[in-house]
Amino acid sequence: MYHTDHLRELEAESIFIFREVAAQFQNPVILFSGGKDSILMTYLAVKAFHPAKVPFQLLHVDTGHNFQETLDYRDALVAKYGLKLKVGYVQEAIDAGHVTEEKGVNASRNGLQIYTLLDELEKGKYDAAMGGGRRDEEKARAKERFFSHRDEFGQWDPKNQRPELWNLFNGRKHIGEHFRVFPISNWTELDVWQYLAEEKVPLPSLYFAHERAVIERDGVLLADSEYIPKKEGESSFTEMVRCRTIGDITCTGVWRSEATTVEGIIEEVATSRMTERGGRADDKRSETAMEDRKKQGYF
Amino acid sequence: MNNKNTELLRFTTAGSVDDGKSTLIGRLLYDSKSIFQDQYEQIEAISEKRGEEEVNLALLTDGLKAEREQGITIDVAYRYFSTPKRKFIIADTPGHIQYTRNMVTGASTANVALLLIDARKGVIEQTKRHAIIASLLQIPHIVVCINKMDLVDYSQEVFDQIHDEFEAFATKLDVKDVSFIPVSALKGDNIVDRSEKMDWYEGTTLMYYLENVHISSDHNFIDCRFPVQYVIRPYNDEYHDYRGYAGRVAGGVFKKGDEVMVLPSGFTSTIKKIDTYDGEIKQAFPPQSVTLLLEDEIDISRGDMIVRTNNQAQTTQDLEIMLCWFDHNKPLQLRGKYALKHTTQDIRCMVKEIKYKLDINTLHREQEDTNIKSNDIARVSLRTTKPIFVDEYRQNRATGSIILIDEATNNTVAAGMII
Repeated sequence: MYHTDHLRELEAESIFIFREVAAQFQNPVILFSGGKDSILMTYLAVKAFHPAKVPFQLLHVDTGHNFQETLDYRDALVAKYGLKLKVGYVQEAIDAGHVTEEKGVNASRNGLQIYTLLDELEKGKYDAAMGGGRRDEEKARAKERFFSHRDEFGQWDPKNQRPELWNLFNGRKHIGEHFRVFPISNWTELDVWQYLAEEKVPLPSLYFAHERAVIERDGVLLADSEYIPKKEGESSFTEMVRCRTIGDITCTGVWRSEATTVEGIIEEVATSRMTERGGRADDKRSETAMEDRKKQGYF
Repeated sequence: MNNKNTELLRFTTAGSVDDGKSTLIGRLLYDSKSIFQDQYEQIEAISEKRGEEEVNLALLTDGLKAEREQGITIDVAYRYFSTPKRKFIIADTPGHIQYTRNMVTGASTANVALLLIDARKGVIEQTKRHAIIASLLQIPHIVVCINKMDLVDYSQEVFDQIHDEFEAFATKLDVKDVSFIPVSALKGDNIVDRSEKMDWYEGTTLMYYLENVHISSDHNFIDCRFPVQYVIRPYNDEYHDYRGYAGRVAGGVFKKGDEVMVLPSGFTSTIKKIDTYDGEIKQAFPPQSVTLLLEDEIDISRGDMIVRTNNQAQTTQDLEIMLCWFDHNKPLQLRGKYALKHTTQDIRCMVKEIKYKLDINTLHREQEDTNIKSNDIARVSLRTTKPIFVDEYRQNRATGSIILIDEATNNTVAAGMII
């Protein structure tokens, strides 16, 4: 019989979405965060248009609080596949007074990214922004469409989403509106790792267990960094850790881990009892933190 | 759990809060270790805050603020779990009558429809509605879970009675494969482990069913259909003359060397190569995304369809469809014009005739009632602005389906199955 295993079926679905975006939109862009999901996205986009070049730019919203490893990896990836990269800086929005930096020990620039993201989308006249959001990540994302309509303010209206049936994706919009597109909606964390392992895609070293100076806050380990002021009683100590997600350094939790290979990570993910976003300080702010940010235009 | 060569099974469930659907899904997720500790702790805390006695597993699927506040499910939620045999995607949809559109959405890509019946209530309107939608949307397999068996003393008589009642109703439908399982989602009977309380039941557990139901022939592997999605032209020295037709195989098996015809031009050629990033492959079949290269230079663009010369899709401008209307604000307009999407084609159409409205509780055809409002299902004739290449929906879900779009609001206002 003609058999397709689940990873190949997910791959085929994502490739279909990328090609559909290229066909339906004038100026699409891939949102690149440096995390494994945006790495997977870029890799699938390369597959979708082979042997031609990817007909999209990458857009990285840089909070200024990065792991250096992320930037090095990003630049190497862009060079390898001959991609075009655009970077939007949150620092510029702060300097221009468009947004105000959060204060206090839990200050993060994660929420401030929304302004820079929407500003860059407008300046670049992008009509479709592709993100690596997955429905298994978080409860508000479980209701997300592949083609997700945004109004002229970039807002999401979860109660009034377009029904999405079969393989028919409606990307029609009015001037000034745009779409968020999620080509890897149906992948789970485990699928992503299994696929990256099977395809032997090189990954940033942050994902593998390494020794790092960390602090512990609200039960979450955070990388010790100049961007995270310490609370009273907090002190830095060294642990064998790895990142399960990679984002802004101020809100990316690290996990105690011994996994130094992709196979080790797969084993760990398969037996883990915590979701990967369990370590994200940005999601812990309230029960509907993700939905609230998404409505404003966040990913 | 980290077995790589597993199949993907999509199933849909519909029901309201009190029929135990959330408990059933919760149990599948919990017993397959797909609920994580932090998720569980979160819903545990919320349940406690609301003064609920037990941990409310429905909170796992109700993701939006409004849904939590109102205790109802508004929208389709997608859930994932896997076992060593298969990866599962659940399209979990609300069962209230006003959310038929969500049921239709969830059903459109499903291999299996999971119908839940409360053993105390038997076959009710919602069961029938869900079964009719499963039949209209041609979900290949239906599994009827007769739930809350613990509340009817695990009685075989009750099970048999509901079984017979459903079968009598199902004879009026176009369903091929129906199975029945007596379960108690709350107590875990026949979900993952066999019940010790129902010796009279000789069938499988729900999990065994989901892991083993035969889905590899759910696609059409006979009628070759390749809607061209995108033309790949690298414009560089290495691939100077490369002209690839990218798309997802919608039906049949395409092989290198096959003689093919391109619709609408009718030109014929031979498949020179089936290309992918990972190299050339010998054959392509659903649901693969590939790139076809032909021997002859023919003008082909997005919206064209590559078929076999001796097995073509029907080229037509007149469509007979069963339609599900989605728009809350405006009813379907007779003689109204809409944008229409079919495979990779974007065209327009006019509503020529509204033949009848289908009562989705009784299957009665109401010929006098042509006022088609949100969540209604109707038989409709359309005329398109140019020819499209279609199959009956029963033959092929990919080439037999359309959506309609309101040209003023750009909203998707209807789904249609070609008859």
